[in-house]
Amino acid sequence: MKAFGRVYLCLLIFFLYLPIGVMIAMGFNASPYYQLPFEFSTRWWHELWQNAELLEAGKNSVIVAIIVTLIATPVGTAAAVALHRREFPGRNFLRVMLLPPIAIPWLITGTAMLVMFYWSGIGRGFHAMLIGHVALAIPYVVLVVSTGLQTIRQDLEEAAMSLGATPLFAFFRVTLPLLTPSIIGAALFAFAVSLDQFVISYFLATPGYTTLPVKIYSAIRKGFTPDINIISTVLLLASMALVLIYFIFSKFGAKDVRR
Amino acid sequence: MSAGPATTAPALNMGGRRLPPWVATTALLLPAYGWLMIAIFLPLGAMFLFSFMTATPIGTKEIGYTFDQYKIFFTQPYMWQVASWTFQIAFATTLICAVTGFLAALALARSGLGRSQWVFLILILLPFWTNGLVRIFSWTMVIREGGFLDAVVQFILPEAASVGFLYSRPAIVLGLVHGYLPYMVLTCYIAISTIDDAIVEAAESLGARWWTILGRILIPMAAPGLIAGSVLIFVPVVGAFMEPRILGGPQGVTLGTVIEDSFTQGFNWPQGAALSFMLLAVVLAIFATFSGVLRRNAEL
Repeated sequence: MKAFGRVYLCLLIFFLYLPIGVMIAMGFNASPYYQLPFEFSTRWWHELWQNAELLEAGKNSVIVAIIVTLIATPVGTAAAVALHRREFPGRNFLRVMLLPPIAIPWLITGTAMLVMFYWSGIGRGFHAMLIGHVALAIPYVVLVVSTGLQTIRQDLEEAAMSLGATPLFAFFRVTLPLLTPSIIGAALFAFAVSLDQFVISYFLATPGYTTLPVKIYSAIRKGFTPDINIISTVLLLASMALVLIYFIFSKFGAKDVRR
Repeated sequence: MSAGPATTAPALNMGGRRLPPWVATTALLLPAYGWLMIAIFLPLGAMFLFSFMTATPIGTKEIGYTFDQYKIFFTQPYMWQVASWTFQIAFATTLICAVTGFLAALALARSGLGRSQWVFLILILLPFWTNGLVRIFSWTMVIREGGFLDAVVQFILPEAASVGFLYSRPAIVLGLVHGYLPYMVLTCYIAISTIDDAIVEAAESLGARWWTILGRILIPMAAPGLIAGSVLIFVPVVGAFMEPRILGGPQGVTLGTVIEDSFTQGFNWPQGAALSFMLLAVVLAIFATFSGVLRRNAEL
């Protein structure tokens, strides 16, 4: 029974990684039409550096993700502190209001943003994507920071204040350092959410301004060569690295609290 | 409106000695909820309004208000077929994820893996946090005619015909299962790991067979995880458009692709808005039905 379970898990992991492996390998196959048998070549790696449109879209993706992280992390952290440390009427309602951006299919929120931004004159493009991505990232930041706040004892801050620290000083010198791993984790999350976001970006992109996932989608529909595989591989490895760093940081956070 | 300048100073004044506490609370909350208001809730409201318009309000066209957009299921009977395909795909995906995901969670929790459970769990969850579009794209290279699958089959049986099934509904389900399975593994794993080993051991020592243990103990006790996972998969899958587009080709017409087309190709925004809202109604009904189970699951 136990051996069976392990075999089953290995098969499942094989299923999850098989297409990813094939996609990466095909980026190093010489044929532009994905013909097999496999013939090793670094041709598409070199072609990618000639593909200015794809590189431009990749650069846009990274810039948007960085700005989204810089906005969503402090805004979400502030909301998490208020939701967690302060008593006020309607707190549960506000907690529930964090769910729609995560739970409603992105197709619906994306098209709604398109309608609203077009109609109100905000328009599409870089700034519209920024508004949309930050809105999607805020709930994740609040959830991650809230989890961190749960593990920090509130009486530490009260102890500091009873010894004469101002509330501001107590927050910055006691709570914030303990919360740092969670905030870094939340920032990584926000970055990953923005970097991988396709649906919202797709509806808010303009012909002149796209991000990498949008560019990949239009390439898939219009015809493509394996240099798409190379840049997709880079995108996959980047998000995997972000998630692994997040796991490591959340473990460090737990250790800090216990000490 | 006065909260603009107030965001920095009192926001950090955690004790709120000089200012009433609600000022600091508001200042902490306003940026986040103001942002969600502008980017999520106002757009949903605007789209609701759009769904009653007779035409897309661009240029100088005269705009009237009507319920006609919501009558699409009667004016275009073809839409029933599209809705039926969409829900068939969603049910198939959810069912396959429930069975394989539950078994995976069971194997994770009860195979005596010890600390390496975490390695397996992270390996299963890792692809979930990568780009969904790229993962769907990667399947096209496996299941197309002359793709990886064909190469493997023809290596074993050189005379075999192509088994490629890209551009079919099973291909869409395959891609969606691959995309959302980790959700189910996670929710079921959380539910199963709370089951006390002693209950299972007691049943075993009293002579219960494995199917009795599975049907009378493990499945009922893991039901919150199964339900939560099913909701979390079913909802995004009914709203999927990129997966049916890429893996379904001409076969991949779903509610999601019809909505996408009315916004990007047909430029019939009121129609797309009405369809989006009908879809949203279905989604909210599902969440309302299972809110109790979902809340209990979130507390675990």
